[in-house]
Amino acid sequence: MMQHLIILPVLLPLLTGVALLIHRGGALTLRRTANVLSTLALVVVGVLLVAESTDDTIRYYAVGDWQPPFGIILVLDRLSALMVMLTSLLALGSLLYACAGDDEQGSNFHGLFQLQLMGINGAFLTGDLFNLFVFFEVLLIASYALLMHGGGKARTHAGFHYVALNLLGSMLFLIALGVLYGTMGTLNMADMSAVVTTLDTADLGLVKAGALLLLIVFGLKAAMLPLYFWLPRAYAAAPAPIAALFAIMTKVGIYSIIRVYTLIFGEQAGPLANLAQPWIWWLGLATLALGAVGVLSAREMRTQVAYLILVSVGTLLAGIGMHSEAALGALLYYLIHTTLVSGGLFLLVDAIAQQRGKAGARIVQSRTLTQPATLGLLFFAGAIAMAGLPPLSGAFGKALLLQAATTAQQYWLWPILLGSGLASLIALSRTGSTIFWRASGEKTGITLGKLRGAGVLILIGCAPLMVAFAGPITAFTQATAAQLLDRDAYVESIIARGDTGGDA
Amino acid sequence: MEALFATTTGILAASGLYLALRGRTFPVVVGLTLLSYAVNLFLFSTGGLTTDGAAVISDSAGEYADPLPQALVLTAIVIGFAMTAFSVILAMRVRGDVGSDHVNGNRIDEPREDKS
Repeated sequence: MMQHLIILPVLLPLLTGVALLIHRGGALTLRRTANVLSTLALVVVGVLLVAESTDDTIRYYAVGDWQPPFGIILVLDRLSALMVMLTSLLALGSLLYACAGDDEQGSNFHGLFQLQLMGINGAFLTGDLFNLFVFFEVLLIASYALLMHGGGKARTHAGFHYVALNLLGSMLFLIALGVLYGTMGTLNMADMSAVVTTLDTADLGLVKAGALLLLIVFGLKAAMLPLYFWLPRAYAAAPAPIAALFAIMTKVGIYSIIRVYTLIFGEQAGPLANLAQPWIWWLGLATLALGAVGVLSAREMRTQVAYLILVSVGTLLAGIGMHSEAALGALLYYLIHTTLVSGGLFLLVDAIAQQRGKAGARIVQSRTLTQPATLGLLFFAGAIAMAGLPPLSGAFGKALLLQAATTAQQYWLWPILLGSGLASLIALSRTGSTIFWRASGEKTGITLGKLRGAGVLILIGCAPLMVAFAGPITAFTQATAAQLLDRDAYVESIIARGDTGGDA
Repeated sequence: MEALFATTTGILAASGLYLALRGRTFPVVVGLTLLSYAVNLFLFSTGGLTTDGAAVISDSAGEYADPLPQALVLTAIVIGFAMTAFSVILAMRVRGDVGSDHVNGNRIDEPREDKS
């Protein structure tokens, strides 16, 4: 049974999703229960996978028993286990929130939600670049429909930009895959990592072009600087639980960048070693700076949170660009924090907007909130965590990153990262004081129910928890970073075991 | 054959890219379709072009075509068709909801700054 655990994060949402799509006319309570149960099961599977990955062996699951480098494999190492668990936690929070009423706005919410999870989990687990493309498409097509869940002018409008851009991205992805397959003759990541060291000099240019094309594709998903313009509008238009779930979507891009540029084009790649890191470093810093400007300029809370996501993407990219083991470990800690907290902030902002009548999410003076104390405290915690002030997890993650920078990198990273934190702090305190203090009038909004409250609390509550358990978490992320940079172990455990029959 | 294949793919990709950068949803959708054809052709050629090469194992075949790109292309075609169909429907929905087929939501008789 344990050996089949690796495929469960893909199979379980697939089966639940299909069942929910077939019975889309069924009772709402039944569909909600099925969806929540399945997501809870995913959380359990995620925890088990993380527990299993801590012994530092890299396991793989050969689908149909076709051993690598042929056939399709799912690979479980520390990083993929961590990402799967993160996805399921985030999904649980946003799903609980959605079950309080957002899911009634349109049909098929629950089925699509599960299919989206399948795509995300698959992208984290796959050990094959073409399957990465396929899972990208699965998660994208579910996200297209979820983004427009509930309909409305703003959503269809932002949706068309999102769809057209991502279609272009998918085509670039295929071209990059074609170039890489044509020159390297394989698409299995472990095998590519072995082949890249033995390339003809004549092919180097082509492989480099393919690798950098991949960076464009992943940069589009991650919202790297010149390719981020779709993000604020799309995320601000999406329904709150979906926007919260989308907090992991940019991290799919980040994950792919980490995976491809440490495993295939990492230190050992000869003339192609670390070819993307300088690009990622500068573009990451630029994303960080522009994201901070966006946070300051936002006139609506949802847009503001979307720009905060952009700031975190910039921070993560700069962390990748630093390419050291310490930086990698630090950025993984920051990644967990930012995914959960920004998802929680999306939910919270929606809950606030529902209590403000016509003013909604706009940052203007308006009526008093129904529950100013509860929401105010949650917003305070979320804002502190997001801006990176002590004592919450944002400060911890940023401190780790600042510490990991070498002297040359410090000149750039320190002012930009700290400046962006200051900008976020100014913007968020302005937002908070406008909404909670400069309010007057009677209270009429909908109160935050148990389900919504639980959803918000699960995600924002991770900020203090991550500080309380900072020791074990950083130990895990540092070990993950060490495992990521140990390319030989990865290649050996997949290719070598594949030759002798494997154990999956 | 290689030159013809490359030229065809190139022209398809160039036309597709040009159309995808247009301002109205219909040319954009057509452009994306053309681009996906170009990408499929390109993927097909990545294993090398052979004539009379067998794709599956046979006793008589001396030369084999690389089967993997064909499998990739098949997947890419299926996904591409689904995505194109989705974008067509979406473009129609945008036309209905926004009241304009301009990708930025501008009406023809209005200046650009009024909307968006």
